[in-house]
Amino acid sequence: MCFVLFSIGLYCILRKRNIIKIIIGIVIVEYALNLFLILIGYRIHGRAPIVAQDQEILNMVDPLPQAMVSTSIVIGLAIIVVLISLAIRIYEKYGTFDITKIRRLKG
Amino acid sequence: MLLFFITIPLCAAFLISLFNRKIKNLSDFIANLATFILFLFSLSSIKLISLYKIIVYRLGGWMPPMGICLVGDGLASFMLVTVNLISFLVMIYSISYMDRYTDKWKFHALFMLMLAGMNGVILSGDLFSLYLFLEMASISAYVLVAFGTEPEDLEASFKYAIMGSIASIFILLGIGLLYSYTSTLNMADISSGLLNKPKGLLVGFVAVLFLAGFGLKSALVPFHTWLPDAHSSAPSPVSAILSGIFIKTLGIYALARIFFNILGISDKILFLFMVLGVLSMVVGALLAMAQNDIKRMLAYSSISQIGYIVFALGIGTPLALLGGLLHLFNHAVFKSLLFLNAGAIEYSTGSRKLSDLGGLNSKLPITGGTSFIGSMSIAGIPPLGGFWSKLIIIIAAVQTGHIGFAFVAVLVSIITLVYYLKFQSFVFFGKLNQAYIKVREVPLVMKLAMVFLAGISIFSGLLLTPPFKDFLQSATGILLSGTAYGQAIFGAIK
Repeated sequence: MCFVLFSIGLYCILRKRNIIKIIIGIVIVEYALNLFLILIGYRIHGRAPIVAQDQEILNMVDPLPQAMVSTSIVIGLAIIVVLISLAIRIYEKYGTFDITKIRRLKG
Repeated sequence: MLLFFITIPLCAAFLISLFNRKIKNLSDFIANLATFILFLFSLSSIKLISLYKIIVYRLGGWMPPMGICLVGDGLASFMLVTVNLISFLVMIYSISYMDRYTDKWKFHALFMLMLAGMNGVILSGDLFSLYLFLEMASISAYVLVAFGTEPEDLEASFKYAIMGSIASIFILLGIGLLYSYTSTLNMADISSGLLNKPKGLLVGFVAVLFLAGFGLKSALVPFHTWLPDAHSSAPSPVSAILSGIFIKTLGIYALARIFFNILGISDKILFLFMVLGVLSMVVGALLAMAQNDIKRMLAYSSISQIGYIVFALGIGTPLALLGGLLHLFNHAVFKSLLFLNAGAIEYSTGSRKLSDLGGLNSKLPITGGTSFIGSMSIAGIPPLGGFWSKLIIIIAAVQTGHIGFAFVAVLVSIITLVYYLKFQSFVFFGKLNQAYIKVREVPLVMKLAMVFLAGISIFSGLLLTPPFKDFLQSATGILLSGTAYGQAIFGAIK
């Protein structure tokens, strides 16, 4: 499932011409990755790793990937903000979202 | 001690954005002070490392396989000195240069964040925090490339941001897979964990992911397309940092640390490094020949010089690693010098087309002189620093029997000489263009930074002589020790 999402996102980044669609591609890839990280930590019949006084948890999911995911969501947010603000400025300057028309740098 | 390398720039960034509206020019002061202190700290880290070999800082007092730790060793302190030296000089330079832009304090704040990210990448002792610092540095680099907000800058920055985020996604995927295999994120723990497990297909796949990710960040040839755009569109101090140290810490250093110390090096990977290195050398040099824009030429030349360093890592003998690290230092010095020169030329004439300029030597004597030293050093003319590192790399290649590759390296060095002579003759010699008759030399602080860098690039060959040799040796020793790194770190903790 997450590899399908990953490939959809990569396809989106590589093949689409619209800047916004490329950004959406990046978002999809990031979500696929977050899902993958969560799956790494998953244990069958696992439960949340919360320490309580009166019970002993035998089968818990791995908490570390969850911490990693919450961090990587924040990073993803930062990247998306930068990308979208760049996209807005590019639209102001070039008047288009089509990357085949935004080709002032060559060589 | 190690924590300061990350907290000082972070605090500086915070203070700058807090107080900029109240007091004018405060951001200049804070940023320069912070980089100066960091430079002093990095020098003192050499001494500490030579005493203790490995320093481990435990964040929050947790023991390393569980908690996060910062690790300083010979290689790290070598990189710290390079990074903080260059960023200090670039910061001095940008006091005057950045006056052309509005919102100078944003530049300083972003620069500090980038510096914190780079220092963090060098020091971090576990893979996920390496990824975090890498992203921190990259995101501020994307913004800094677009700092001029001209159409070209935005286009380059967008391209860079897309490529960069694909690279970080690959890296994170690799980290995730490695975590699922060894169930730890600590570098030392992973490397000793991998020793006891069979190296299946998974480790190979992770190696490919890391190679693609860090290769994208360091602009090795199949992944190089973002670099010329990004480095030529950014403001000159930023391109000096990006070309001089950014691609080395995020690319080469991380690559070396992960492949040599964590995954363990094998003949296949070494050969891959060598092929990639030679490819980057040749393609970068040939493309640099054809450029008309000064900064674009310098950017392609960066690709070619990065090729030399990766090639040296690929040879893998102690001599080659020594040469590679020396070349890394040299390249950081003279490439940032040349980018600062390009900035100075642009500052005073407003143009960076090779065909427009000419005869500037009479008008800009200091810029001309320093850029002559930089060009000759990068082309490998004997007494200067660049010669020694290239010589060592080529000797090491011949020693291991890669005569063909060594021949290519010599050839590329000659091509480098050709295009730097072209740069010199078009810009500084020949007839003065009438439009630039009133050109004046750049302000004092810019001269100061350029003269310092030129001085270092003259004398950097001295790093091979006895008083400094230990410094380089301890850095190569870390790479040579390979996967014994894990045990060494646990030894240092106890």
